[in-house]
Amino acid sequence: MASSKPSPLALKEPEAERRPGDNEAIASLVNSVADTAAPDMIASEPPSSKRLVVDAQNISLTFDTADGRVDALSNVSLQIVEGEFVSFIGPSGCGKTTMLRVIADLQRPSAGALLVNGMSAENARLARSYGYVFQAPALFPWRTIEKNLKLPLEIMGFSEIDQQQRVERYLSLVNLTGFERKFPWQLSGGMQQRVSIARALSFDPALLLMDEPFGALDEIVRDHLNEQLLQLWKSTEKTVLFVTHSIPEAVFLSTKVVVMSPRPGRIIDIIDCDFPRDRSLEIRETPEFLRIAQRVRVGLRAGHSYDE
Amino acid sequence: MRHPWVERYAPLATTVLVLIAIWYIAAIAMNLSLVRDAFEREETAYTLTDLISGTLSAERPLLPAPHQVAAAVYDSVFGYPPLAPRSLVYHSLVTLTATLLGFVLGALLGIVLALMIVHSRVLERSLMPWIICSQMVPILALAPIFIVVLGALGLHGLLPKSIISAYLCFFPIAIGMVKGFTSSEPQQIELMRTWSATSRQMLWKLRWPSAVPYLFASLKVAITISLIGAIVAELPTGAEAGIGARLLAGSYYGQTIQIWAALVASAVLASGLIGIVGLVERGVARRMGAH
Repeated sequence: MASSKPSPLALKEPEAERRPGDNEAIASLVNSVADTAAPDMIASEPPSSKRLVVDAQNISLTFDTADGRVDALSNVSLQIVEGEFVSFIGPSGCGKTTMLRVIADLQRPSAGALLVNGMSAENARLARSYGYVFQAPALFPWRTIEKNLKLPLEIMGFSEIDQQQRVERYLSLVNLTGFERKFPWQLSGGMQQRVSIARALSFDPALLLMDEPFGALDEIVRDHLNEQLLQLWKSTEKTVLFVTHSIPEAVFLSTKVVVMSPRPGRIIDIIDCDFPRDRSLEIRETPEFLRIAQRVRVGLRAGHSYDE
Repeated sequence: MRHPWVERYAPLATTVLVLIAIWYIAAIAMNLSLVRDAFEREETAYTLTDLISGTLSAERPLLPAPHQVAAAVYDSVFGYPPLAPRSLVYHSLVTLTATLLGFVLGALLGIVLALMIVHSRVLERSLMPWIICSQMVPILALAPIFIVVLGALGLHGLLPKSIISAYLCFFPIAIGMVKGFTSSEPQQIELMRTWSATSRQMLWKLRWPSAVPYLFASLKVAITISLIGAIVAELPTGAEAGIGARLLAGSYYGQTIQIWAALVASAVLASGLIGIVGLVERGVARRMGAH
């Protein structure tokens, strides 16, 4: 699948794309983020001004592989409004992970225009506009849970006191208070993933990008974490972009489901889910839920997702 | 149930006993003609028992028996004050100083080279062939050149020995650390990117901690190599002091027992040094959450 393609930006010279003069610009961006990151500043924004957090126009991305050209994304256009919970669903190779990585500036599109949080994807990354959660927790094994949560905060230069407060706040947000001094291997897979979600939220980014965060967990843990994630979304009012393989998960969590299809990777359908924000697992038995799930399934079938 | 000590030490003890037995047999076999010739030269009558006891107590045997080596080690360690020129402790300390200084220099050089290689592909292409070539030249041929050149520059004693030692031991560290610095998981690197970490933060918060297991693996190899380097470096310096000097003097004068005693000293030194690195490794690993 797309996520396993080697990133051309990895390993060597991670900051190579930065031009020398950029440092001041980055510093000012970082400062401005640190300012807006204060919770009272966010609350002071009028809730009615719904701005676009992601504005993608005709994004295309082709890889040259040993087997020839692969169209990972082909003319993908998408607008995501602040506060939405958007799921990307589709079979392997449909470009859903690639789309997330393009938004995160972990991959460059070959063509198209993209604004993230009102700026270019690169500037959005440099301004720390989003938190990213991978399928694997990707915790740093030599750091305790507390130190793992502090890592992005250290990097971004938060004060010692602020770091400590944030660790407490976000650990309790994911119900892991008391695990500060444990090392990652002492926690279960589900708990580790909750730590990685807390880590992604810890610096108050506008966006939360999640790439199949619960894909490696069993269904019971998954249901539980889905409910917790919804509560998190409700209490933090973040915009969440969520890649998944599971139709019920997508419909249950989202305000909007983006159905994608492979070869070339493209959007087949965008479905609104108008359940209240305060939803429980029981809505999965309602006719409305089943109707939307059916529409997702039809979309997948129309995109030949079931052919193989 | 057997006693846990038996479980733990019996295999090792058995191996040691077997080796000692083989050693005794080999000593008898190798020294036999030497002793027989001596008896015949003096035209004295001898029995098989005389012959065998002669092979195990010869003054300059081809292969000294274990108890002779043990006695020589005991004598040269406890028979003299520790800083007397005939004391094995003195010579071991001389070699140990050169080893440790060479080890520190070599470790620093290895780590710096690895950092340069990891950070720039150009440096990797230009440095790597030289690093590998440096290890293809036999150190026995290079050591005298080093000593002469450094001597002409006014460097004598400890430093030239340490430099030769460092020259040998930087290699495993450089290679190990290149591997270590690039061993971070791709997702960890990408996370650092999403937080727009600087190169320096990337190094200190990700690459360096990821490299720690590789560091200790290569340090363990390097410290024994640096001991060998120090001993080799003592050979062309005129055999003034050190384990190398003892080896050289022993072979000049056919003092096989002295050679073996010096070998025992270097083996004890090497295992002690590896043990210390291992202890530090365990301490660091515990602090870094190893289970």
